[in-house]
Amino acid sequence: MEITLKTLIFYGFALMTIGSAFAVVTVRNIVHAAFALMVTLFGVAGLYVFLQADFLAATQVIVYVGGILVLILFGVMMTSGRLQMRIHIERGQLILGGGITLALLMLLLTVIANTPKWKNLSDDGTVFVPTTSRIGKLILNEAFLLPFEIASVLLLVALIGAALISRKEIRD
Amino acid sequence: MTLQHYLVISAILFSLGIFAVLTRRNAISILMGIELILNSCNLNFVAFSRFVTPPENIDGQIIAIFGIVLAAAEAAVFLAIILAIYREFGSIRPDEVDTLKG
Repeated sequence: MEITLKTLIFYGFALMTIGSAFAVVTVRNIVHAAFALMVTLFGVAGLYVFLQADFLAATQVIVYVGGILVLILFGVMMTSGRLQMRIHIERGQLILGGGITLALLMLLLTVIANTPKWKNLSDDGTVFVPTTSRIGKLILNEAFLLPFEIASVLLLVALIGAALISRKEIRD
Repeated sequence: MTLQHYLVISAILFSLGIFAVLTRRNAISILMGIELILNSCNLNFVAFSRFVTPPENIDGQIIAIFGIVLAAAEAAVFLAIILAIYREFGSIRPDEVDTLKG
């Protein structure tokens, strides 16, 4: 396999995603972890571009980086005083959790490497077709109308529930 | 690029998310771990939709969009619960919130 610019950019995005995800789970300062998470989310958006999911990449940036990450930072600001910015980790838990994680990772990688159906599936030579209009048609005309409506009701319920849970309780 | 590249990235993201959930003692860090897990799931959906199904079939991408919607709703409720817990206990370390423990 010759090394093209595309391959280099792909590995750049892959390294960016994995490296910053590693920072998310190891950095002790929670604000730094949140910013590392931002880099991870951008990296995943870049991988979506490589998978020819243009709409999904834009959605990922808007919803995750613009919405969820800001929500997480608000949570950090409202619950962590200066003393609680640092995350406590116990050594025993670290060893046990690391062992379980490594075992899980080995299991997943073995399954990925040994499934014959998934071998040598390559995306070279396919043309890019924009997905936005097809996604709109699928959601609004065809198979996914009911899940779409259920998702909108779910968002409404989550919105009202979050406002209700987080408000100050008034005791008489 | 082959399917396995994406699956390996996704497996590593998933394991790191599990690691965060298992070892971190701060509810917001656990939320970050859950976001990593959800991202790895979405990446898997999109990768399988790209490589395994015929190119005009993009159902996997739509599932990933619903996954993002679920993640947004989950993050909002999670943080509301964290705020309520912080007001009640003055801390968001999960091991200090043990009122229901027998």
